[in-house]
Amino acid sequence: MGLLDKQFNDGNIVIIKVEDLLNWARLSSVWQVGFGLACCAIEMMATSDSHYDFDRFGVIPRPSPRQSDVIIISGTVTLKMALRVKRLYEQMPEPKYVISMGSCSNCGGPYWEHGYHVLKGVDRVIPVDVYVPGCPPRPEALLEGLLKLQEKIRNESLVKKSA
Amino acid sequence: MKTTEEIYAILKTKFGDVVNDPVTGKPAEDYFSVQPEEIKNICLFLRDDGELLFDNLMNLSGVDDDNGEKKTGVDGYYTTTGGTLSVFYHLESTSLKHKVTLKVSVQRENPILQSVAEVWRCANWHEREAYDLFGFNFLNHPDLRRILMPYDWDAGYPLRKDYKNPEFYQGMKVPY
Repeated sequence: MGLLDKQFNDGNIVIIKVEDLLNWARLSSVWQVGFGLACCAIEMMATSDSHYDFDRFGVIPRPSPRQSDVIIISGTVTLKMALRVKRLYEQMPEPKYVISMGSCSNCGGPYWEHGYHVLKGVDRVIPVDVYVPGCPPRPEALLEGLLKLQEKIRNESLVKKSA
Repeated sequence: MKTTEEIYAILKTKFGDVVNDPVTGKPAEDYFSVQPEEIKNICLFLRDDGELLFDNLMNLSGVDDDNGEKKTGVDGYYTTTGGTLSVFYHLESTSLKHKVTLKVSVQRENPILQSVAEVWRCANWHEREAYDLFGFNFLNHPDLRRILMPYDWDAGYPLRKDYKNPEFYQGMKVPY
């Protein structure tokens, strides 16, 4: 990365690739859509609270998708909700990322066979960057998912979007 | 405080043949069934009569009795013809501390019965749910729309035993 290791004698000058600077800025302030669906949303809220403190990674819930960088699909996506999820995703500005949290939004979870109302995986309507397994995943697992997303953003290229 | 038998006796003298004999001895609660055309009057009586005072509709739910003629298709699903669908009413009197369960059975092909939404306001959404998942047609319901499934859901009523899930909804694949 090299933000701090290439310092000059003058402390105000840092040499860095534009790509790295942008990626560093993006991964350090992934603002999430303030959006929860089911029991996973409770864990997501717990992750935001002081004990796990999502904010230390720069994750702040935003009241509007237009101000957000990531949407955490935290819970069961019903067919009715899937249309709304898709609309929310489309309202987010680029670059945008999706974390699928929990078994339900990964693959339908316990509703995979008899859930007549459940979309079997949110990746059927929007592209997912990170899948976090669990039912629901513990806050540590969601934090791990966020770190994976940051890793992904860190390796992005201006010329070619990898995410 | 009255038992199901005592409540049944009161209704039998008041309404006569539209009230059928109670079903007892099952692991579930005792109940008796009534004819669909009289259910609203019976419910009004149950709510207002001084020795019954059923002021609380605890639950209203639909059941597929699954007693029709079944025909299995090539895809493994079966279609049912004939038989009945039922609505169960779980009532409670908060002042007299007694409970009763009513059952109303209607024809599967034409499931029409009176709405009790005017008797207990909470029945409004319960009946919408029963309509949504089983397709009961509640007469004189103020707002009989789907409540859980999408408004444009046209694949039928999901909790019927012969329900077949569609392949696609709004371009999204539904099966696993």
